[in-house]
Amino acid sequence: MITATTRRLAATIAVASAAAIALAGCSSSDPLSSGSGGDSKTIVVGSQAYPSNEIIAELYAQELEHEGFTVTKKLNIGQRKAYWPEVAKGSINVFPEYNGNLLNYLLQEDGKDTTTETTTDGINSALKSALPSDVKALPSADASDADTYTVTQELADKYDLKSIADLSKIGGTISIAANPEFATAAYGPTGLKAKYGITGEVNQQNDSGGPLTIKAIQDGDSQVADIYSASASIKTEKLVTLEDPKHLVPANNVTPIVSKDLDSKAADAIAKVNKLLTTDALIELNRQNSVDQKSAASVAKAFLQDNDLL
Amino acid sequence: MNLFAQGFAWIFDPANNVGSNAIGVRLWEHVWITLLAVAIAVVIAVPIGLLIGHTGKGRSIAVGVSGGIRALPTLGLLTLLALAIGLGLGAPLISLVVLAIPSVLAGSYSGVEAIDRVVVDAAKAQGMTGWQILGKVEIPLALPLIVGGIRAAVLQVVATATLVGYINAGGLGGYAFSGIANSDYAEVLGGSILVIALAIAFEIVFAALQRLAVPAGVSLGSARQSRRSTRSSAPRASTPVEGTHP
Amino acid sequence: MNWVLGNTDTISDNLIAHVWLSIPPIVISFLLSVPIGLLVSRLRKRNGVARGTASTIVVVASLLYTIPALPLFLVLPAIIGTSTLDPVNVVIAMTIFGVALMARSAADAIDAVDQDVVGASEALGYSPAQRFFKVELPLAGPVLLAGIRVVSVSTISLVTVGALIGVPNLGFLLTDGLKRGISAEILTGIVLTIVLALVIDLLLVALGRLVMPWTRGTGRTARAVRRRAADDVRANEVSA
Repeated sequence: MITATTRRLAATIAVASAAAIALAGCSSSDPLSSGSGGDSKTIVVGSQAYPSNEIIAELYAQELEHEGFTVTKKLNIGQRKAYWPEVAKGSINVFPEYNGNLLNYLLQEDGKDTTTETTTDGINSALKSALPSDVKALPSADASDADTYTVTQELADKYDLKSIADLSKIGGTISIAANPEFATAAYGPTGLKAKYGITGEVNQQNDSGGPLTIKAIQDGDSQVADIYSASASIKTEKLVTLEDPKHLVPANNVTPIVSKDLDSKAADAIAKVNKLLTTDALIELNRQNSVDQKSAASVAKAFLQDNDLL
Repeated sequence: MNLFAQGFAWIFDPANNVGSNAIGVRLWEHVWITLLAVAIAVVIAVPIGLLIGHTGKGRSIAVGVSGGIRALPTLGLLTLLALAIGLGLGAPLISLVVLAIPSVLAGSYSGVEAIDRVVVDAAKAQGMTGWQILGKVEIPLALPLIVGGIRAAVLQVVATATLVGYINAGGLGGYAFSGIANSDYAEVLGGSILVIALAIAFEIVFAALQRLAVPAGVSLGSARQSRRSTRSSAPRASTPVEGTHP
Repeated sequence: MNWVLGNTDTISDNLIAHVWLSIPPIVISFLLSVPIGLLVSRLRKRNGVARGTASTIVVVASLLYTIPALPLFLVLPAIIGTSTLDPVNVVIAMTIFGVALMARSAADAIDAVDQDVVGASEALGYSPAQRFFKVELPLAGPVLLAGIRVVSVSTISLVTVGALIGVPNLGFLLTDGLKRGISAEILTGIVLTIVLALVIDLLLVALGRLVMPWTRGTGRTARAVRRRAADDVRANEVSA
């Protein structure tokens, strides 16, 4: 028979173990949390909360593992303001960045004007001086994934839109469906006004140029959408990206940012992978991820295997 | 705190009070969608709750379903519906109605169940029909708890309606997302302060409504009596009124 | 579903992270709410300032719950100095919500204990501590359990919002599913959240039966039905 004492004991144990679990949960570091300062061979690879960026991070991470390094992945962190401090101070050792946007971010953080450079080489040399002392940029890939001003085929046909300048044919304020960062970015409404003389207003979407952003222009809520250039949906949804003769949007090549003291073998491995990334390759990776719905990890693995890197 | 000062400054900044993203516009959207969602939930859940309380049947199903709905992450329902039906108010409204139903339902059937059986028996003894009992006895006596349930629902919906900004369907949540993206803490705080202020305002209104809902003749004195004994029949209908004392 | 089969790693990683984010707040909320509830209950029995303090505590608790989850996650790093990426922000915020939910119901639970029984125990010579642990707490048990069950469900559901600031949990399946347009992913996230809530709820019920065997009755007598109704009424007030 269960006596009162036993019950009390059971209760005490239950509470104690619950407390123990709670304490353990509190103190045990989240397996994905900052791993800096651990094994000197542990490399932390991060990514933005953007599916395409996650794929590139997976490519780097898997190749590094293949080369014998211990890798910790910290994926889908968020926007630059959330993850960049971690990169700058070395808690994250490898990050697939985009040279144009990163350069403008660093300049703006320093209170300077955004870059006037438009070519990959120009941006990369400016980037070199803008980066903090403990990180460096590895060679850029061919692949560029930049913000765009994209419209539906119907709208393009209706107003004969070929370049961003043609948006003036629509008249009035242009509504642009884009992520919140677009509002303050150099290539956003301020830049649009400065370079093309067109007034734009941001219709804030939070899905990184995903289905809701696309729905916004398809439903007519906005005229223009900021769909990233490596997105598979431009082709699948038959959208038209407007040309940018005045270089409002700078080149945005995939550029690995790594800790200065990263093992040179590791740097070489990443560079090897980066060389394979052309814009078309990236678009195809994105397509497998969103249209075929394959996970970032498996898409990356298949790509590496097809290229004999795994 | 310096941060909060920034938040308040943001709220009163004239630049944030004009245009299509003005605070006034978003505030109104937030109020409107909250009230609409709760109103729809009331239309759905109160009749069902009254029925369950009156007949005593279907309670376990209601509790089970409510529990399941409470576990449903609103963000999930929101994103799923947004993918399915696209932009506009459909997805947010449905998600918020689902969120509101458990509280309203629970308030309704608990309200009826909390009524002392003696009272209902007395009504039956006087020859009242089932409908008359429901209308003249049960609903008035259950009203405070029903209003309590609605009040709880309003509170949850007001707070959760901020998520609606994720799919850009208006409301005060958009400030949180744009603030996160641009690391504008003042914006995030300003938006949050507004939501909290709105919730407090609703609480005050509903606390008053709940007190008004107590029928004349049901005194607070009965609360003290029944508090002394858990062996008495289910609790006093005045419990929620007690709880509303500021 | 195909998607589920092809992504078991992502799913299990996020599920485990979700569990680690949910359980500490539930436990800590309980451990904090009972003393707070006891305090409020004792204060309420007096008059004047004490009663006012008790009401203030209850009101503050309700107000804490009105703070929307997302902004709280964002503001905590500034107040307590954690990094914005730190999952601890989510744990602390969830604990705050848990206490906000449960403090009042704990106070009501202790209030509702039959004062005749407490009086009898005092007459028998029980010290105040013994009165609380051996009489009041066990009698308040069922309602406390109802309260913690509501807290647990609400916590597990709210943790998903953490995905919006990049903290790994089942909520990631919701945001990633939206960005890639994969309904199956979102559905998986929703279903797993509900299942997890159910499992933890069952565990809590089992724990309750273990620790309070006198509540194990068949539950069909009129008294048992009324008791359950009473417990649910109080638990539903918790959801305010």
